[in-house]
Amino acid sequence: MPQIFHHSTNALARATIFGAVFILLAVLWVTVEITRSSWNTGQWVEREQPVQFSHKHHVGDDGIDCRYCHTSVETAAFAGIPPTETCMNCHKQIWAESPYLEPVRASFQTGMPIEWMRVHDLPDYAYFNHSIHVNKGVGCSTCHGRVDQMPITYQASSLQMEWCLECHRNPERFVRPKDKVFDMEWRAENRSKEDLQQGRRWVGEYHIQPPNVLTSCSTCHR
Amino acid sequence: MSQNDRHINFALMRQYILDHQDACDGVGATSGKKYWRSLEELADSPAFRELVQREYPQQAENWDDPIERRTFLKLMGASLALAGLSGCVYQPPEKVVPYVKQPEEVVPSQALFFATAFSLGGVATPLLVRSNEGRPTKVEGNPDHPNNRPNANVPGSSATDIFSQASVLTLYDPDRSPTSLYRDDPRPWSAFVDAIRGTLDDQRGKQGAGLRFLTETISSPTLVAQLKAILVEFPQAKWHQYEAINNDNARAGAVMALGQPAKVIYDFSKADRVLSLDSDFLAAMPGMLRYARDFADKRRMTQGRRDMNRLYVIETTPSNTGAMADHCWRLRPSELAVFAQLLANRLGVRGSSADAGSIASWTGLDTRWIDAVVRDLQAHKGSTIVLAGREASPIVHALAHAMNDLLGNVGKTVFYSDPLEGDSVDQRQSLQELVNDIDGGRVEILVMLGGNPVYTTPADLKLDKNRLFKVSKLRVHLSMFRDETSELCHWHIPETHYLEAWSDARSFDGTATIVQPLIEPLYQSKSPHEFLAVFTARFDQKGYDIVRDYWRAHGGAGAQGTNAQGTQAARATSRTGGSPLATQSNVIEPLPSPAPDFENAWRKWVHDGFIPNTALQTKTFSPRSDWSNQLQQAGSQPQSRTSQIEIVFRGDPSIYDGRFANNGWLQELPKPLTKLTWDNVGLISPNTARSLGITITIGKDGGDFFVDELKVDYRGSSIFVPAWIMPGHPDNVITLHLGYGRRLAGRVGNGHGFNAYDLRWADSPWFGTDAQVAKGATRPTLAGSQLHFNMEDHNFSREDRDIVRSQSLADYLAGKPEGEQPPGRDVTLYPNYDYENQGNGLNYAWGMAIDLNNCIGCNACTIACQAENNIPVVGKDEVARSREMHWIRVDTYFKGDNASNPEATEFMPVPCMHCENAPCEPVCPVHATVHSAEGLNDMVYNRCVGTKYCSNNCPYKVRRFNFFLYQDWDTPTYQLMRNPDVTVRSRGVMEKCTYCVQRIQGAKIQAEIEGRKVRDGEIVTACQAVCPTNVIVFGDINDPNSRVSQIKAEQRNYSLLAELNTRPRTTYLSRVRNPNPEIVPAVSTTETPSHGD
Repeated sequence: MPQIFHHSTNALARATIFGAVFILLAVLWVTVEITRSSWNTGQWVEREQPVQFSHKHHVGDDGIDCRYCHTSVETAAFAGIPPTETCMNCHKQIWAESPYLEPVRASFQTGMPIEWMRVHDLPDYAYFNHSIHVNKGVGCSTCHGRVDQMPITYQASSLQMEWCLECHRNPERFVRPKDKVFDMEWRAENRSKEDLQQGRRWVGEYHIQPPNVLTSCSTCHR
Repeated sequence: MSQNDRHINFALMRQYILDHQDACDGVGATSGKKYWRSLEELADSPAFRELVQREYPQQAENWDDPIERRTFLKLMGASLALAGLSGCVYQPPEKVVPYVKQPEEVVPSQALFFATAFSLGGVATPLLVRSNEGRPTKVEGNPDHPNNRPNANVPGSSATDIFSQASVLTLYDPDRSPTSLYRDDPRPWSAFVDAIRGTLDDQRGKQGAGLRFLTETISSPTLVAQLKAILVEFPQAKWHQYEAINNDNARAGAVMALGQPAKVIYDFSKADRVLSLDSDFLAAMPGMLRYARDFADKRRMTQGRRDMNRLYVIETTPSNTGAMADHCWRLRPSELAVFAQLLANRLGVRGSSADAGSIASWTGLDTRWIDAVVRDLQAHKGSTIVLAGREASPIVHALAHAMNDLLGNVGKTVFYSDPLEGDSVDQRQSLQELVNDIDGGRVEILVMLGGNPVYTTPADLKLDKNRLFKVSKLRVHLSMFRDETSELCHWHIPETHYLEAWSDARSFDGTATIVQPLIEPLYQSKSPHEFLAVFTARFDQKGYDIVRDYWRAHGGAGAQGTNAQGTQAARATSRTGGSPLATQSNVIEPLPSPAPDFENAWRKWVHDGFIPNTALQTKTFSPRSDWSNQLQQAGSQPQSRTSQIEIVFRGDPSIYDGRFANNGWLQELPKPLTKLTWDNVGLISPNTARSLGITITIGKDGGDFFVDELKVDYRGSSIFVPAWIMPGHPDNVITLHLGYGRRLAGRVGNGHGFNAYDLRWADSPWFGTDAQVAKGATRPTLAGSQLHFNMEDHNFSREDRDIVRSQSLADYLAGKPEGEQPPGRDVTLYPNYDYENQGNGLNYAWGMAIDLNNCIGCNACTIACQAENNIPVVGKDEVARSREMHWIRVDTYFKGDNASNPEATEFMPVPCMHCENAPCEPVCPVHATVHSAEGLNDMVYNRCVGTKYCSNNCPYKVRRFNFFLYQDWDTPTYQLMRNPDVTVRSRGVMEKCTYCVQRIQGAKIQAEIEGRKVRDGEIVTACQAVCPTNVIVFGDINDPNSRVSQIKAEQRNYSLLAELNTRPRTTYLSRVRNPNPEIVPAVSTTETPSHGD
């Protein structure tokens, strides 16, 4: 009976068995990459909004403080999305006729709120609190990136748990002086030896909880 | 073996543990059980043993779905293949919607609290309700209200009862009636206004002769004023009041003894000896929260206190108050008055005559204890309280008044005032008059404000279809649900929930309490005020204006005088209500010019939730000189104990008179003593059960009980009720709870239990004699949690695990406290956690202490936890499978080996123990339950894959598994109800008590922002906040000065199942009883077996 397979099949079979390991690893790697990709995390994705609002213009050009609009960032879990009234404080006077602002004026007149698309959307089982971070020297730009350079706002960080833990495990790497919290230009991370030394000093000064407390599950999940 | 060795040398370790086990096995075995939870346990029946061996019956698979095996395998294969994919959920884009104009004070993500009040039976419970982004989500007590804060020096209590806690669920009940109905056809409100206005024009000529109002007990000053104003306009119209659970007997007793209706207010904070004559004042009485707190404070044995009060209870059916008693005697209802007479006689009340000898002869009782009680009461003149229950006959109330008078309590511990109600009437007679008028064809328009009279009226005065249809022109019903009454009415108008509308009410001491809405009405509903406005010229007046205008006119302290005046005026013409009140022109006062600072005052009242100094003035009533003649007339002839069965009717402990039947939280709440859910039963004693041949069989699932059925014949009607054998129940008595057997309650409440109103007669609403009880044919199934989560050792190696501990005051003072820990055996393979050096200088270690001494078993903690932590309702079938989800349960234990008369009844709340050596943690394969740095036993829902290993390894059985998607994710109204700070769990996830970690984190964040340590008492768990008797204390156990540390340092402190070396963070303080040393045995027996048949 003639052989069904050609002799060279042996080599193929060996290669397949040997390659399976690599294939499995590759599948794993692809999975991890997909999970971490912006397709999954929403990082870098610019969201279309009902109003063409530019943080670059308002923060970068006009120099409006974060807290003018995000009023409860220092006191509450939620930083606060400004009510239409806040927009109209200025836009009654300037750009009062701009067609870009038509939805804002309509909202103010009809009382129907503007429905913004949420850019930073944590899963519902993670209970993030802005006030405690802001009060402990975690700057806006540490998580939200250079908002002053974003014409259209996007999510600057992955918001995955490993990203949270990067800081909760080593707060000295990201902490900054309290008076620089709203400073967009402050360094994103304490990298150099001196910076880290300073970071450690601030961690002590601001009484930041040690990693064992910060990484307890119930710190963020309730 | 040194500390270090044991981590290294496993052989040594093993030997050490084995040695210890041997030692323990020898020591622990005792004869007989001290405490038991069910009769099966007491009898140690094979079924019970099997159940304990099964240990986790809830996890037994149920093959209820008749699906074919092949189909099942196919589906399983497909499910497995897809299971991996289910993890890949793409997060849908979400919108964020800000305000257009942000209201002042509203900060999204921060809760606001508003003062309001919940009324039941005309009595307001002052509340502080949490609002998350405009949604009322959780009810707390109002700690600033004078009811909850006797003076400014003490912190106020935020206690509430189960009904107010569960009221949030009713607000969001999807079965609530959304729109006005005319003959079941939706109509706009304006159509109703037109209809009423037209009919009223007809009535005007007749001065409203055909117009009748039927309400429940009303204490709202505004509503009373509105009704009285309408009666001025229609002088021939009448206002009737009827509520199934009313105060008629107390009122009649006051009239008998004092000559007029009076409200009695007790001061338990000054009472050293309390004698309750069938009064469940700790669990079912207006003012119970205050009474329970004051009562508990007098027996709080902490901080070196060496004296406590003593409670004697004489009752006709077991109650929570009876369980708290130091001495409890159970009598048949017909004997209660005789005993009250005898007691009064011994105390020296004139006219009361009873021959102890003859009583002893027909009851077979040892009457020596009566003398002991009398001596004890007389030794504490001026600091005792004698009180009679709402259900006790008028003569018992009258005797209680006389006894208090003789003991010098009046003005010291017992105070009188005018009745709380706007118009105090005998409700039975009021209903009788209405029924007479209807039968006589004199009623053309019947307006029913709230209530459900078709369902709740007694059998002889039933407002049934035949009778109601004699009201020819218009029948109108205002209620939240389209219920049995609405069905028979032309018009059904949806009523607002108290969280949706402005109103006012009086709390138990009369303090005027403002009811403030927290949310716009969810449906097209109207408040009673707006509804009644239709009958006046200003028919479109808003509820807010009505309430505000009333208080503008009657502002402040004046309100008190007006009310008293009105009440007295009403009384002058009629004791019974239903009479024309219009002749009292003084009731309707011309509006005085408003006080200039009314606006400020009003804002303060609304903010605080009450109007200061409006409590009813105490009055002095002297007992009528001739009242004891009535006593002779009432002459209770001792009836000998016959084989006739007597009936006791009671409001249901969890669904009251049936109005909460559609509330799943209350339906599923295990009733305090029977631990049954979703049903009412006929309670009988073990002896009666034996003579009737009644048995209970426990099923395989631990929560299913197959019971015999009883046929109860009484006054010509008969119903079938499931039988339940209640330890300590008097013989030849059957207790029936009202409120079940609803036909139109809603999807939750329909078809559960039987309707006891069918047997209830107006002339004796609470007791009945000469009933016939026989065993029925069928075996109904009940669902109860009595045997759930049993902490019995399944090896039965130790008979008694010493779970509940109790001692007498004498033993406690003699230095023999129950509570010492067994010798420590801190053997563990795991390294200990270091809470002393957390690296932040704060070193929090959260812990809880539960003082069993004051637990009254009211179940409020269970409901509060359910509301705070988004705990779902599972339904009767799942409760039968031991799968209820309550994070904190209240176990009920009976003591002694006599099922007919247990020595004591103890309650034990069991939340998660948050063990140091938590057995659940090491067995989790996915680290879903882990120790936090501060000693919490965290549960991470998103890691949980549902192996259930943790719950299998938990000796306290406090873990709850979502076997199905119990949580309602779809109904929109329920989504409004959830606490946003707590994850809403899905199917396949384990959950358990978190010590309200959301509250801990909230307080910690606040403290960190303010740069300080969390203050002691700043974190209040939901169960702690709601507890009327301050049993639960939570705090930092690393701080030696915290309250919880101090309480844990008490000698009575003990850990549950300490022998397992789990080192729980939740510890208990053993109970102290204060029996009268003259009465031996400690809790004496009254029932003798010979009366069994």
